Amino acid sequence: MPRVAPVVHKRIYEVAPRDLDRAGAVSTEVRKELLALGMSPDVVRRASVVCFEGEMNMVLYSEGGRIILLVKDDRVELLFSDRGPGIADVDLASQPGYSTAPDWARELGFGAGLGITNMEENSDLFKIRSRVGKGTVVRATILLGVPFF
Amino acid sequence: MKLARIVAELGLENLAAGDLTREVTGGYCSDLLSDVLAHVAPGELWITHQRHLNVVAVAKLRDVAGVIFAQGNRPGHDVVSRAAAEGVNLFLSERSAFEIAGRLYRLLRP
Repeated sequence: MPRVAPVVHKRIYEVAPRDLDRAGAVSTEVRKELLALGMSPDVVRRASVVCFEGEMNMVLYSEGGRIILLVKDDRVELLFSDRGPGIADVDLASQPGYSTAPDWARELGFGAGLGITNMEENSDLFKIRSRVGKGTVVRATILLGVPFF
Repeated sequence: MKLARIVAELGLENLAAGDLTREVTGGYCSDLLSDVLAHVAPGELWITHQRHLNVVAVAKLRDVAGVIFAQGNRPGHDVVSRAAAEGVNLFLSERSAFEIAGRLYRLLRP
């Protein structure tokens, strides 16, 4: 039987759609939580980037949803779930440079098509599941004590 | 090199700066937030034309030494006060991003 690491810390954050003024608020909170828990600067930075990109995607493209921060003995997990609209082709959306961002978002420096790439590159385990008409769920895991290059 | 010296040498206007004793290791020039998140290193100065609230979040998350708004792109009060609250250093320059980057490079890699 694989050992399941117990959850030592859990936080749930709501993300409102199109609320760019509050965008970044969850990642800022998550960063503070992890610093308070004494996580290494590397883990904090990686988790912050993952969280910011996920949060921005939810703000810009989803109908809103929530982000759950789970800290366990051996890992930090970020779970993103939204209320739609879902991604028709996750592989395409994950390609560097691919973006459906409207012009107004591009003018603000979003829509580089690097969001999912950034999330993936800063995670040790990364999984997206999506269904059009339902929503998207992303799980990003950062393992503790694993050297990062 | 200490941030205070760079601010003086480049003639930057101080918009929100708490810690001018920080060591600056380099610079990064970009207006794409994801690009900055991926490539800027902690301790670098980020030169940009963006001037909205998310700049503060990105700067904080990557722990940059400060943000320089180029070409006289002055951010609003909400941005400055958020930065002050979060301890993010903000500076303004009338010079172009090219010129700021060039002068910074010459200072750091003489």
